[in-house]
Amino acid sequence: MSPILLAEQVLNGLQSGVMLFLMAAGLTLIFGVMGLINLAHGSLYMIGAFAAAAVAGATGSFALALVAALAAAAAAGALIELLVIRRLYARDHLDQVLATFALILILSEGTRWLFGSFPLYLNMPAGLSGTVTLPGGIVYPVYRLALIAVGIAVALGLWWLNARTRLGIRIRAGENDREMIAALGVDISKLYTLVFAIGAALAGLAGALVGAIQSVQVGMGEPVLILAFVVIVIGGIGSIKGALIGALLVGLTDTLGGVLLPELFKLFTDPATAAATGSAFASMAIYVLMAGVLIWRPTGLFGART
Amino acid sequence: MSRERLLNGALLLALILIPGWALYADEPFTITLATRAVIFALAAVGLNIALGLGGLVSLGHAVFFGIGGYAMGILASHAQSYTPLIEWPFVIEGTKSMPVIWLVAIVASSCAALLIGLLSLRTSGVYFIMITLAFGQMMYFFAISWPAYGGEDGLSIYVRNGFPGLNTLVPIQFYGLCLALLCLVLAFNARLMRSPFGLALDAARQVPERVRAVGLDPRRLQLVALVISGAITGLAGALFADLNRFVSPTMLSWQMSGEIMVFVIIGGVARLFGPVAGAGIYVLLEHLLGGVSEYWQIFLGLVLLMVVLFGKGGVVGMIAGRRRDG
Repeated sequence: MSPILLAEQVLNGLQSGVMLFLMAAGLTLIFGVMGLINLAHGSLYMIGAFAAAAVAGATGSFALALVAALAAAAAAGALIELLVIRRLYARDHLDQVLATFALILILSEGTRWLFGSFPLYLNMPAGLSGTVTLPGGIVYPVYRLALIAVGIAVALGLWWLNARTRLGIRIRAGENDREMIAALGVDISKLYTLVFAIGAALAGLAGALVGAIQSVQVGMGEPVLILAFVVIVIGGIGSIKGALIGALLVGLTDTLGGVLLPELFKLFTDPATAAATGSAFASMAIYVLMAGVLIWRPTGLFGART
Repeated sequence: MSRERLLNGALLLALILIPGWALYADEPFTITLATRAVIFALAAVGLNIALGLGGLVSLGHAVFFGIGGYAMGILASHAQSYTPLIEWPFVIEGTKSMPVIWLVAIVASSCAALLIGLLSLRTSGVYFIMITLAFGQMMYFFAISWPAYGGEDGLSIYVRNGFPGLNTLVPIQFYGLCLALLCLVLAFNARLMRSPFGLALDAARQVPERVRAVGLDPRRLQLVALVISGAITGLAGALFADLNRFVSPTMLSWQMSGEIMVFVIIGGVARLFGPVAGAGIYVLLEHLLGGVSEYWQIFLGLVLLMVVLFGKGGVVGMIAGRRRDG
């Protein structure tokens, strides 16, 4: 395998890693502050993608599509927080899992009812649709580079929000002691709605961005959701830094495993068998990584709470 | 006689009478629906042991259901093509005999449960939920990308497997077989709940510290519960594959795990007949609402949401009141 191909795969791994980070950051933020496990996070990803595809189809503008994705996912997030999720904070995890599973059924079938079962397509903006030659002769799509840049920008933005703003102070205080900050006069239920909407907006943004390289369809969110779970199990629940490291590890393992394992099996068997066996085992690589981290550190790389 | 016992008796009577009614009303399809409900109930009884008794919120029970299904699919497909399963170090032939298939399904799914349990029980709470979900997804993707047994397309079996003395191709006889297995497992479950192990497990869910203080290891109790639970769900998977004469990665999907959990919740967690009531209601809703609207799962979602938010204890809980031990 040539170094150029390998470098391309590393970039692909980074790109899928930062998109996973957008999902995992919202999930881990919501769990950290409200102690809630939200299976419907994948539905918010789907809502973002559908809103973007619908608006891009109507106006032809990718920028408007992104705004629509953020707005739709944040609004949907705030709405389901007000109607359903806030009744679940005091419940056990089983109730949270079931109620958010019910939300997946409602949101998925509702979207299928509105948009039909056929996938929609979201075109990437014309300015970003070409390729660029990177130092070392790597030809790489501009759009995927832009995704990496957006992911890094969001990570920096979240760090700034968390460490440098008043909202960030409240979020961290909410993670540590919700009774105390309520007693200090912070409207805790508003804070929760806001945090949930921020997490939802991040998921919607990821859905819209990824929607331009994959098809936009019902059920697109759940595989990503489960990967994001793997990410936060690896990174440690409640830790945004853990989510970033975990997301990059998972993105790289998944992408590189898919390329390298078939190559590895070629050393032992004929190419056809090697390709099939290699890709079968590559699909298990990230879960093996997760199992390894669990044996080493049951609460994840950066997790403190259980 | 408590209300719960009356309800259990009524449910059992209904299951026994359904085929008679179906023949009388000349609606033979009802028997297939009822078989589906009975098999789902069996899978949910399995989950209920881990979830209700052990307090383990497993979102990965489709793994065991699917392994049971593939045990049937792989053995029967080798038998129907007259090729051995493996030739080295010794020859293992496929089989069309249900008891053998069940045994393989139970052993294979218990082994998977043991492995998953050893890893996932290192953690608890929300980690456990995510990890079981992740291992489920791992098996799902493995089944999709492993081409030897159909990959994404799954495996079809031409003729339903046989059971000595029965003609399993007759729907009512296959139904009887499934119902008998469900009753056996329910009897086992009832004994388990009252056994020293069941009581210790119940205690480990409620106050692990005290269980530890009397010298028992809560983790080990939970691991055994998960293995028993996986074995029963695996058996149900083998039956489900036989009912459809088809097995595909769908049986391993996370939606399947969610559905098995829904059976338990709609019926009533930790109630002996909760899974039976839940699976029955699910199949009924699927049949009735599925006929009304293509998007019937919206209504299923709403029903589930209402049960979770406002109806603690599921259907059995609503009719028979809270569990005595709370």
